Amino acid sequence: MRIKKHPILDFKQKDKVSFRFNGKIIYGVKGDTIASALHENGIKKLSESIHLKRPRGFYCAIGNCASCNMVVDGKPNVRTCITPLKEGMVVENQVGKGKV
Amino acid sequence: MQEKEVIIVGAGPAGLMAAYKILEAGANVTLIDRNRNLGGQLIKQTHKFFGSEKQYASKRGIDIMNILIDKIKAYEDRLEILNETSVVGMYKDKVIACLKGDTFFKLKGKSIIVATGASEKSIPFENNDLPGVYAAGAVQTLMNEYGVKPGDKVVMVGSGNIGLIVSYQLLQAGVKVKALVEAAPKISGYLVHASKIQRLGVDIKTSTSIKKAIGKDSVEKVEIWDLDPTWQGIEGSEQILDVDTVCISVGLAPLTELMQQLGAEVRYIKELGGNVPVIDARYQTTVKGVYACGDVVGIEEASSAMVEGKITGLNVLEDLGYNVLDSRQALKAYHEELKFLRDGPHASKVRSGYLKRGMLT
Repeated sequence: MRIKKHPILDFKQKDKVSFRFNGKIIYGVKGDTIASALHENGIKKLSESIHLKRPRGFYCAIGNCASCNMVVDGKPNVRTCITPLKEGMVVENQVGKGKV
Repeated sequence: MQEKEVIIVGAGPAGLMAAYKILEAGANVTLIDRNRNLGGQLIKQTHKFFGSEKQYASKRGIDIMNILIDKIKAYEDRLEILNETSVVGMYKDKVIACLKGDTFFKLKGKSIIVATGASEKSIPFENNDLPGVYAAGAVQTLMNEYGVKPGDKVVMVGSGNIGLIVSYQLLQAGVKVKALVEAAPKISGYLVHASKIQRLGVDIKTSTSIKKAIGKDSVEKVEIWDLDPTWQGIEGSEQILDVDTVCISVGLAPLTELMQQLGAEVRYIKELGGNVPVIDARYQTTVKGVYACGDVVGIEEASSAMVEGKITGLNVLEDLGYNVLDSRQALKAYHEELKFLRDGPHASKVRSGYLKRGMLT
């Protein structure tokens, strides 16, 4: 749900950026973070909690709380709320602590 | 390891203003921020600021950000910007460890200013970890920085200024705000903001709190209930709200992790938001040459953070031996500005916090 009309801010149409989420190709736009692009695609669950496997989304959106950690290009614990989205990225839900 | 003159950690209002003062006097600044953009949380603040003209009152946060960035960019030859860089360690010999992408490196500064700001708190309720439960500022980031709506229907928890302002900004983005619940018996932010959202149809419920979020993989509904005068939930008063997003606006906590890791003395002062570094009137921490300013030393407004940034900048210049014209008078004037900003009934908490700290500037 991109904001189209806003009384103060001007959200110009931006170029599409394609990336993979859990194997499926989806799109964000230039300037997105991984988390904002996923949210736009209706994906709120980013990871599972380590012990109880509860669904986790982002909480702070400023790179602090680690609630948005995901596996990006094979690397776990990436703070997706402050990581810019790049063409061709491979993004996966993180389960557990992740392996390095 | 590269040696730098002044390293500033955090490019929000405090860090940017400190950088400006230091650059203006002829010194070199390395400005580090974990985000892509400079400006800290000013980037999402589309509302006009209160306070005094000296701190750009009546201008929008996002415009103030651009003013500050233009100010420092005028000194590009002496300014190094390390964005998307997280400071992951800080040591007493003024060495800091940084991580930019996969690259790890160390820097040493003659002086260091820590202006890391704060992060949003949460409160306990059933399923408060469910996706769709977001900090109010996070929703502000999502909407105002990235242009994405957090959901269709929101319940806001907390009636401080952030809760009130973000409710208004949700409405501006075309999101429904079903209700704003406040546990206290009265609204805690400015009434001018509260009246504005009330006029637009937001139901402000005082002595009310969230009992639980309901949903499988994300929020589908929320249960709220009334609180009695001892802040306990009243059985039987539960109400179901049809919302997909919960915004939590229950205050901020200073980001003092680096201070604690450094070994600078930290004290718990509730009125300032929790653990805060011990500082003297010059904003120097207990580690010589390491300064701290802005929300990390006590939760206030961006306007006071900017003034503290100026004060810290001038004091750092003094340490480094720079002769700044009329520095003494300027410092005195800035301390007066802080006193003015901390005046009035809404700042009583900050005042008592500074009393506890033993410094009421």
